[in-house]
Amino acid sequence: MVTFIVSQFKIVVRVVILFSILTGIIYPFVITGIAQLLFPWRSNGSMITHQGKPIGSLLIGQYFTQDKYFWGRPSATSRFPYDSEYSSGSNLALTNPLQIQHVKTQVDHWKASNPEQNGLIPMDLVTASASGLDPEISPAGAYYQVSRIAKARKLSETEVNNLIQRLRKKRTFLIFGEPRINVFELNLLLEHLNSKTE
Amino acid sequence: MKALDCVQIIFYLTVVLALVKPLGWYMARVYEGQSCGLDYFLGPLERFIYRCCGVSSTEQMSWKKYLSALLLSNLFGILALYTLQRLQIYLPLNPQSFQNISSNLAFNTAVSFTTNTNWQAYSGESSLSYLTQMLGMTVQNFLSAATGMSLLAALIRGIVRFDTDRLGNFWMDLTRSILYILLPLSIILSIALASQGVIQNFKPYQSASLIDPIVLENKTVTTQKIPMGPVASQVAIKQLGSNGGGYFNVNSAHPFENPTPLSNFLEIIAILLIPASLCYTFGVMVGDKRQGWAILLAMLMLFLPLAGISLYSENQSHAEYTQLGIESSGSLEGKETRIGISNSAFWSAATTATSNGSVNSMHDSFTPLGTFVPILLMHFGEVIFGGVGSGLYGMLMMIIIAVFVAGLLVGRTPEYLGKKIEPYEMKMATVAVLVMPLTVLISTAVSVIYSEGVHAVGNPGAHGFSEILYAWSSMGNNNGSSMAGLNANNPFYTTMGGIIMLIGRYWIAIPALAIAGSLVKKKKIPTSAGTLLTHTPLFMFLLVSVMFILGALSFFPALALGPIVEQLNLWGFHGR
Repeated sequence: MVTFIVSQFKIVVRVVILFSILTGIIYPFVITGIAQLLFPWRSNGSMITHQGKPIGSLLIGQYFTQDKYFWGRPSATSRFPYDSEYSSGSNLALTNPLQIQHVKTQVDHWKASNPEQNGLIPMDLVTASASGLDPEISPAGAYYQVSRIAKARKLSETEVNNLIQRLRKKRTFLIFGEPRINVFELNLLLEHLNSKTE
Repeated sequence: MKALDCVQIIFYLTVVLALVKPLGWYMARVYEGQSCGLDYFLGPLERFIYRCCGVSSTEQMSWKKYLSALLLSNLFGILALYTLQRLQIYLPLNPQSFQNISSNLAFNTAVSFTTNTNWQAYSGESSLSYLTQMLGMTVQNFLSAATGMSLLAALIRGIVRFDTDRLGNFWMDLTRSILYILLPLSIILSIALASQGVIQNFKPYQSASLIDPIVLENKTVTTQKIPMGPVASQVAIKQLGSNGGGYFNVNSAHPFENPTPLSNFLEIIAILLIPASLCYTFGVMVGDKRQGWAILLAMLMLFLPLAGISLYSENQSHAEYTQLGIESSGSLEGKETRIGISNSAFWSAATTATSNGSVNSMHDSFTPLGTFVPILLMHFGEVIFGGVGSGLYGMLMMIIIAVFVAGLLVGRTPEYLGKKIEPYEMKMATVAVLVMPLTVLISTAVSVIYSEGVHAVGNPGAHGFSEILYAWSSMGNNNGSSMAGLNANNPFYTTMGGIIMLIGRYWIAIPALAIAGSLVKKKKIPTSAGTLLTHTPLFMFLLVSVMFILGALSFFPALALGPIVEQLNLWGFHGR
C-alpha cells in the first residue's frame, strides 16, 4: 500500500499539471478565440462608444438622475449606485424594518419626481436589483416616467411613448423571461447618440 | 403566478427529461470503457495523457487504492489552488493588480472549490486575477466534478461486479469524465452563452465615461469601471459540474454571467442535466433501466412540490408594499428584471436540490417560505439530483438504508440489485448519512454562541438565524449558495467553514467507497419471489419517507427557529 501511494504521487503531480494546462489554459483560450471570432462585440462586453470613447455597456446599468433621462432601478452597490466594480444586492429581508423604510423612501422619491402619475408604482422601480447593475426596467416602469421626460425635453408624450414602443423587448420566443426595456438604450436614443445594437 | 410562468417551468423539465436518456446512455458507455463516438477524435489525446502521467490503462484498483488516488489528487488540488491565490500578484494575467488573498480566505476558497462546494467568501471581480480564475477556479471546477462522477462509477461497479476487488482505475475515470463528458458539454455551453452576451476576453477593466455623471456629497463620479475577463468558459463548467462558484460577486444574477432569458434557460438546464442523466446511466450500468427511472422519479417526488412552494410563496403580494401604493405581485427586491420572480424562485429550488449553489437572485431577500425551500432541499443531504456523481452516491446510501428498513419490516435479509446488505454496509451508510446533520447543527449552534458568528448576520431576528443556518447547511452539504447578507469573510467563518466542507465531502465519499469495496467482493444472488423489488412505487414511497425522516426531521427544530417562525410572524402580523 505504501509503495502504491508513493507511485501515485508521481501520477498525481503530472495529472494535475496536465489538466491545469488543458482546462485552465487551452480551454479558456480556445473559447476566447471562438467567441472573439463569432461574437466580437458581445464577448467584449456589449460596449457602446461615442466618438471613439466607451460610454458604457448595454448590459451594465448606469445611474441616471437628471429629469431628462429614463431612470433605472435602485441599486445597492456599496460605494455609489451602479458601481460595476462591486456588484451586490441589498440582501435585505421583507421582515427587516430597514427594507420597508428603503422602499418607502423610493416611493416618495418617485412620486415627487413624477407628479403627473397617480396610479400604482411598478414594483421594479422601488426595489433594488440582485446585481445592483440591472440594465433594464419593466415597460410599465418606463411608461411611468414618460410625462416627466416629455416635459424636461419639450417633446410630446407620444414621441416618448413611440420610443418605448420601439425598444421594448417581449419575452424571448414569447415564453422565456419577462417583458422589459433597456434604460441606457432608451437614453441613447433620446440623446440621438449612435447606439450599436447589432 | 401567471400561466406563462408555468409553461416556462414545464418546458424546462421537459427538456431535461428528454435529454436524460441520450446523455445517460452516453455516459454509461464512457464509464463502461466502450466506444462513445468522441473517442475517434479524443482517443489519441486520452492515450497521450495516460502515457504522460504514467497511468497504466490495464491497472484496476481496490477500494483502498482508488480512495488513496482520489484523496491524493484532491489534496494536490487544494495545495495548487491555495498557492495560486497566495501568489497571484507575482503571476501574469492580473491587469487590475489584485493583491494576494489572505491565508484564511485562500484556505477556505481552496477547500471550497476542491470539494465541489464553491462557497465564496470573496468577491470575484474585486479580488481574483484572470489567471487565478482560469488556472485555479476553472480547473478545480472540472476536477472536483470529475472526482464525484468517478466515485459514482466505482460504486456502481461495486454493485455490478462480483467476486472481485476491482473497482476500476481512478485516473482513467477522472480523465474520461473530463475529456468525454464535461469538456465537450462546456465548450458547447460556453459558446452558446457567449452568443447571448456573456463576456470572454482578457482585456483590462474598461472605463466608460458616463453621460449623466453621478453627483455624490463630496465628489462627482464621471466614469464607470466595467469588469472584463474569461467569464463564459468558467460559467459553463460552473453550471454543468454542479460547482456554482460565480465569476462575479453576484454570480448568475450579474448581467455579464446571465444576460438574457435564453442564457437563464440554458443555465437552468445545465444545472439539472448531468445529475438527472446519471440516474439513467445507473440504470444502464446495473442492467435494469427501471432502477434508474425509479430513483429519478423519487427525486422528482420531493423536488416538484418544494419548487411549487417556493414559486407560490415568491409570487404572493405583500401588504407592506401594496399599502405604499406599489403594484405588487411578489417582491422584486434582490431579483433582476429580465429574470423575474418565477424564474428566480425556480432557480433557487434547482440550485439547492442539486448541489450547484449558483444563484440568479439574492436568496436573502426571499420570503420566509422562499428561504425555507432551499434550506430544506439542502437538508435532504444533497441527494435530490445532488452534485454530479455525489448526488447519486449519496442517494445510494439512502437506498441502502431504505432497503434495510424494508428488510426489517418483512423479516428478510435485505438485498439490493442482487447484493446482500449486511451490517458493514449498514454501518457505513449510517455514518455517511448521519455526519451531515451533526456538522450542520453543531456549527450552527457554535455560531449562535460566539459573537463572531452572530455579528456577521445582515438582518435582525429569525431571518438572521436563517442566514446562519443556511450558511452551514450550504457548506456542510457542499452546496455553496448563501443568503449573502451574512458577512462570511472573517476568520471564524472561513476557517471553520473550510473544515466543515472537508468533513461534508469526504465523510460521505469515504464510506461510499468502502461500501463499493465490500459489495464488489460479494456473490450475486439471483432474484427470487421473496426479493424486494426496488423499482416499484411502493419502494419509491419508502425511500422518500426514509429521506424525509433522516433529512427533514433532524432539522425540524432548527427550521422552526428560522424560516418557519419568520413566516408565522409575517402571517400573524397581517392577521392572515
